[in-house]
Amino acid sequence: MYGLGIAKGMLVVLKHIFRKPITQQYPEEHVVLAPRFRGYDFAWVESRCTGCATCAKACPQGCIDIVTHPKEDGRYAIDKFDIDTGLCMICGLCVEVCPYDALFMGRGFDLSSYNRWDLVVHKDDIGNRPQLSAYFRPPFGGQSANREDVDGLYQASTGQPKPEEAKP
Amino acid sequence: MQELILSMLVGRAPDWVVVFVTSLLGVVAIFTFVIFSNLAAVWIERRLLGRFQIRSGPNRTGPEGLLQPLADALKVVGKEAIMPFAVDKWVYLAAPAAVFAPAILSFAVIPYAPGLTLLNIDVGILFLGAVGSVGVVPIFMAGWSSNNKYSLLGAMRAIAVTVSYEIPLILSLIGILVLGATLHLETLVEYQIEHGWFLFLQPLAFIIFFIAGSAELNRTPTDIMEGESELTAGFHTEYSGFKFTLFYLAEYTHVLAFSAVIVTLFMGGWGSGPGLDLIPPALWFAAKMYLIFCVFVWTRATLPRMRIDQLMGFAWKFLIPLTLMNILITAIEVYVGLASIPIFLINTVLAAVLVVLWTRVVSVRGVAVNRSEYVARMMSQPTGQAGR
Amino acid sequence: MVQPSPFVVNMGPQHPSTHGVLRLRLVLDGESVLDIEAVLGYLHSSKEKLQETHTYLQTIPVTDRMDYLSSMTNNLGCALAIEKLAGIPVPDRATYIRVIMSELQRIASHCAALGFFFNDMGAWHSPLMYFLQQREKVLDIFEMVCGARLTYNYIRPGGVSQDLPPEFYPVVTKFLDELPRTLDEMEQYLWDNEIVRSRTVNIGVLPRELAINSSVTGPVLRGSGVKWDIRKADPYCFFDRFDFNVPVGEKGDCFDRFMVRLYELRESIKILRQAMEQLPPGPWRSEVPVIFRPQAGDAYGHIESPRGELGYYLVSDGSVSPWRFHVRAPSFINLTALREMVIGHKLADVAVIVGSLDVVMGEVDR
Repeated sequence: MYGLGIAKGMLVVLKHIFRKPITQQYPEEHVVLAPRFRGYDFAWVESRCTGCATCAKACPQGCIDIVTHPKEDGRYAIDKFDIDTGLCMICGLCVEVCPYDALFMGRGFDLSSYNRWDLVVHKDDIGNRPQLSAYFRPPFGGQSANREDVDGLYQASTGQPKPEEAKP
Repeated sequence: MQELILSMLVGRAPDWVVVFVTSLLGVVAIFTFVIFSNLAAVWIERRLLGRFQIRSGPNRTGPEGLLQPLADALKVVGKEAIMPFAVDKWVYLAAPAAVFAPAILSFAVIPYAPGLTLLNIDVGILFLGAVGSVGVVPIFMAGWSSNNKYSLLGAMRAIAVTVSYEIPLILSLIGILVLGATLHLETLVEYQIEHGWFLFLQPLAFIIFFIAGSAELNRTPTDIMEGESELTAGFHTEYSGFKFTLFYLAEYTHVLAFSAVIVTLFMGGWGSGPGLDLIPPALWFAAKMYLIFCVFVWTRATLPRMRIDQLMGFAWKFLIPLTLMNILITAIEVYVGLASIPIFLINTVLAAVLVVLWTRVVSVRGVAVNRSEYVARMMSQPTGQAGR
Repeated sequence: MVQPSPFVVNMGPQHPSTHGVLRLRLVLDGESVLDIEAVLGYLHSSKEKLQETHTYLQTIPVTDRMDYLSSMTNNLGCALAIEKLAGIPVPDRATYIRVIMSELQRIASHCAALGFFFNDMGAWHSPLMYFLQQREKVLDIFEMVCGARLTYNYIRPGGVSQDLPPEFYPVVTKFLDELPRTLDEMEQYLWDNEIVRSRTVNIGVLPRELAINSSVTGPVLRGSGVKWDIRKADPYCFFDRFDFNVPVGEKGDCFDRFMVRLYELRESIKILRQAMEQLPPGPWRSEVPVIFRPQAGDAYGHIESPRGELGYYLVSDGSVSPWRFHVRAPSFINLTALREMVIGHKLADVAVIVGSLDVVMGEVDR
């Protein structure tokens, strides 16, 4: 009968009034991010970084800019460690290939600024964010963690000393 | 109300002053009601459409978004009113006002409460039909004067649809006229309160009136005038600023006018049913009017759009024969002299039978296939030469 | 009365009904379409040339962005091609995880495709919102596994990049139990709807021989009656171990393509349940150096993406980057059949037909 299909459709749509809307009322409710969420606010642990620049080689865009000079004991001192977050596509390859787990993805996604050059994060303010993502970082046990817990967590999980204490 | 004012003025002023003052008060009251209903309709539509789509509508401007229509109105009024260079100037400027006038005129003849009608004429339904037909002309004025090939095409399509759907619209009312034996709207409302709503006595007429009305009003599934002209926005492309506000308000006023007419003619007007007389009848009327408006919103939320040639075929080949058959059956029932309950039963059954039969005749359905058969055929196709 | 001569109209790059920046030049006679020409290239960003400067690991994030509505399958195709080229083995667990991700991606992509198909027809967002609600659940699952919702960068040459988290299994099982209920509701809403029928039945018919000759693939081909699915015809990633059907239409009109996609969704649920049961423990990626130099040669890796056969043709000259990286994009090839489908129909049908072809301009223009 003509019209029966339309009537069925109208009933289906009517049932949806009685369901709770899926809108999240931002800014009162914030979206809950997964622990492995790949976000912008990178965290760099200077004590673990050796200046090998594997992250810079792995980046498809070439966002990471590292300048080092050798110290007396044969290690590198890092003069400049810039990540151009304006160019970054948050692929996470830099975090994946770091051999010393010194670079972490953050959990930010709403970064904005008025200038392109403000989007370049420098050595001093990279890693000032408190919350880190668990992306590719097994010692976090699948949960995101705080910046200051990094060394403790790594020691506890791997039993290995910090790279500073390891022989060069 | 008229009696109150009459009693105050009758001894002290000439007759024409009395009539003039009462009419003026009535016009102001109706205008206020219509403007308030417009704002309420905008809010209802946006929130309700949101809830049908499992999201909340606007709920930030004012408590629960109640100030949203006001914000919309202020925004549209504040836009720059660009008038293109080569338009037909007076027609262009007159079209928005001309669109608004017939919509609000329909509110004049509707009985809101016992004895409360602004224009208590004996030919109420004729007035409604006439005013509705006039509403076609401003659309063409808008499309023509815009000096734009696409607006003109949109306007011509709009006229074709509007004119085609007026016929089932008016013909479906003739069943009511046969039963009620009058064109006077107040008498029809009283007939309904006594004998039962025409919604039950004339179900086929109600459905056809609703569909034809939905086509007249540019509501989905028949909103070819605003959505389907996929290249531009139809006949009101070249309008912006306050002129566009008038088109926008006119559309909502038109929808509300149709809802009011449906309530009056099919749902008993201000009648409330047995024993529920505590609530004033005007409030019953308003409640029913908003309920029908919600049904319009529900239809808009559910159905996709029809194509223009399908729309015209639907009107001419399907709706008009059904209305004619409805008139015939109602006339036979009145001639035989049946009471209300048999009329209700016969009409409902015959409506269903007629629709089924006429569907077979016109075969508008397309692919009439059992779903499990179709799915079984889909899943068990033998592999052709090209695959494994 | 002035007779309107056939006039040329642009359904321009910015348009609510074309999925992305697709420009269609239509020659209309009143309402009927006489000729149509698709002008492409508005989203071209030379990704194929860009890949020639990337190492093989770095090519994967860029492939995400081509068919952005089904990134997992893009990654998978590229990984398969690289593994063929370099001879990299893949552990079993990784293959099963790839199957799970690929089928979840198919669910998400078909939900989006069907939702937007009904949007083009004029149903104001209601079917779209219901389908997108399910797609959101899949995107949340992906976020839980690899950290991103649209560009995953998850499937690598040699396996997958990370193991599944422990909460993966209960969440996915719950989703698979709830999804058929929504699909049943959508069928009840849309299968019988007379307006949907009159807008899609016998519209955009692609005859069987023409479909095969135009090298159209995917639901478009299966809607025309050819049972050709790469998962059955040339099984990759252990698809021959799973028991599933391939829905095939009859006439090749928009309605058949819609039903083929809907029933492919249901088949994906079946494959997912079987894959989750059969998932073995073990390593999730074989040891692959970050920068490697495969032998000189070429390889073609193809998969069944939700839009058709997605193929990657890689030519290596023994260096760290591919010498040539070519993508056989299904939407691009499917668009070549648009002209025959549209001519003779009305203007209003063009949007419906383009919607039923399910083009994503990211992979058309690359």
